[in-house]
Amino acid sequence: MGGRPIMSIEIRSAPHIKGTRTVEQIMRHVVWSLLPVCAFFVFQYGLSALLSLLVVTVSCLLTERFFVRQGGQSGDIGDFSAIITGLLLALSLPPGFPLWMGAVAGIVAIALGKALFGGIGFNVFNPALIGRAFVQAAFPQAIATYTPSFMPGRFYEFIPSSMTLPLMQPVSVVEWLKDRQFDALAGATPLAKWKFEGVLANADDLLTSLSGHMAVGPSPILILLCGAYLAFRRFLDWRIPAAILGSAGLTAWMLFALNDVRFPNPFFMLFSGGLILGAVYMATDMATSPVTPKGMWVYGALIGLLTVIIRYYSGLPEGVMYAILLANAATPLIEKITQPTPFGKGVLSNIGRQKKGASYPLHSGYISREDASAETPKKRFLPNKPKHPPKE
Amino acid sequence: MTLTSVTRWDEFMEGIWRQNPLFVMVLGLCPALAVTVSAVNALSMGLATTFVLTCSCVLVSLLRKLIPKEVRIATYIVIIATFVTVVDYLIQAVSLALYDALGAFIQLIVVNCIILGRAEAHASKNPLLPTLINALGMSAGFTIGLFALGSVREILGAGTFFGIPLFGPDFQPWVVMVLPPGGFFVLGAWLLIFAAIARRKQRKLAEATQNA
Repeated sequence: MGGRPIMSIEIRSAPHIKGTRTVEQIMRHVVWSLLPVCAFFVFQYGLSALLSLLVVTVSCLLTERFFVRQGGQSGDIGDFSAIITGLLLALSLPPGFPLWMGAVAGIVAIALGKALFGGIGFNVFNPALIGRAFVQAAFPQAIATYTPSFMPGRFYEFIPSSMTLPLMQPVSVVEWLKDRQFDALAGATPLAKWKFEGVLANADDLLTSLSGHMAVGPSPILILLCGAYLAFRRFLDWRIPAAILGSAGLTAWMLFALNDVRFPNPFFMLFSGGLILGAVYMATDMATSPVTPKGMWVYGALIGLLTVIIRYYSGLPEGVMYAILLANAATPLIEKITQPTPFGKGVLSNIGRQKKGASYPLHSGYISREDASAETPKKRFLPNKPKHPPKE
Repeated sequence: MTLTSVTRWDEFMEGIWRQNPLFVMVLGLCPALAVTVSAVNALSMGLATTFVLTCSCVLVSLLRKLIPKEVRIATYIVIIATFVTVVDYLIQAVSLALYDALGAFIQLIVVNCIILGRAEAHASKNPLLPTLINALGMSAGFTIGLFALGSVREILGAGTFFGIPLFGPDFQPWVVMVLPPGGFFVLGAWLLIFAAIARRKQRKLAEATQNA
């Protein structure tokens, strides 16, 4: 060849712009952004929360490793995605959730929610929510048992229900709470309190819970801050949380305007329960949310609307999990009906022509998941290539 | 062992392993998901199906030359329905509690596709003995499948096995296991295990033939 470079042209379908980000990088950033939320969660609930986070995450990691090794799937625990699943799952569970149930939730999350569909990127539903839905159906009592935050002595002792032996029922926390001068109702979440007793929580209690002993989950303000960082760095699309919170707030506000005795104010709706955590971290999962900008708005609006409807009209106090899972199921349909029109294929050019399925569009929020060093199909054009190589 | 006894054993084992109605052919899911809440229910459902399957296959095999081709399906259904009625009254007489637990699913054995399938695919083409062996193998496979489902669901869903508590009074029942989703989860898990074992067996067989 005499030192002449081989001209190679890469042939592949759109999108053609290739980011340098890898799955592992994206996931690592999400884990970092989750760490402050986890830290505050541990600060609120003490040792039990710490152990719950650890056990659930480790069970997710072990399951992931088992299935990746066993099934020959791509990805491994090194890509941090199982850590995110574990942390989110633990944050969405009560801090005093029995550890063995947490481990079951982690195993189900990865096995049923992810490995079954073919591993990372192929899952239809958010794995953490699959795990949570399973334990919600299997252990409905344990998952509804919250304990107040900022208990004195939370860094020295466990919430008694945490340390339940495997397969055994958790001990009731009512006695334990009575010893510490809390009534049994202190263990209810603000949403359950509103739903079953008609008590509305104060705004400052919901936002930080620094003043009282409300049994709230992870702090909404901190989640919003960490989510803002991720959105700013383009690790998640801001449209999805904005659409969810907007739609939930709007629906709640309209119902509040209709009947302010029966329905709580929209602020309470937005900042109680797991809506913020779900909107920022769970609904924005890249594999299970739409990629089209218009689709993201539809998807988010659907989640917000469903959440409010489930909270108001069903027997459950909380509806974020089912709302997100339902919207996950609707994602392929949403993507299909919100395909943007490629340039030159407007209404006029479509007259008399059969509509063809468009490929995935490129938009500003798109993050390429291609590894920088990945092998792509290449077609090589050799200069002056002899048609019949000389025989030797 | 003579050659015929080997093939007969093969014929019997076909229903239990290679063509297991529940785990390989995935037939008869309606009773498999609905009544396998406890091991007792699963086992009695399996035995009831065994009786119906064996008797109707034998009768179909004996009558196979007399049944006109045009009305064969209707004839099979009449035969199956007769035995289902027998089983229905039998269970009612033996244990009313069990009858209530199994509910409409005893009568629904009539439409269990394993039975009609076996009658059409095997009994109508084979003489008495192979039919009997095959039907017994199939029903054994189905019963084993139901029992496997029922025991897991009972152990996790109630902490008992045949009504005997296994873990003491503090056991936390997995509510989901006695609900319909639990049936799907456990069935899926068993299908996975069966498929994994079958694949491993196949690979070993291929390696063995390659080496030989």
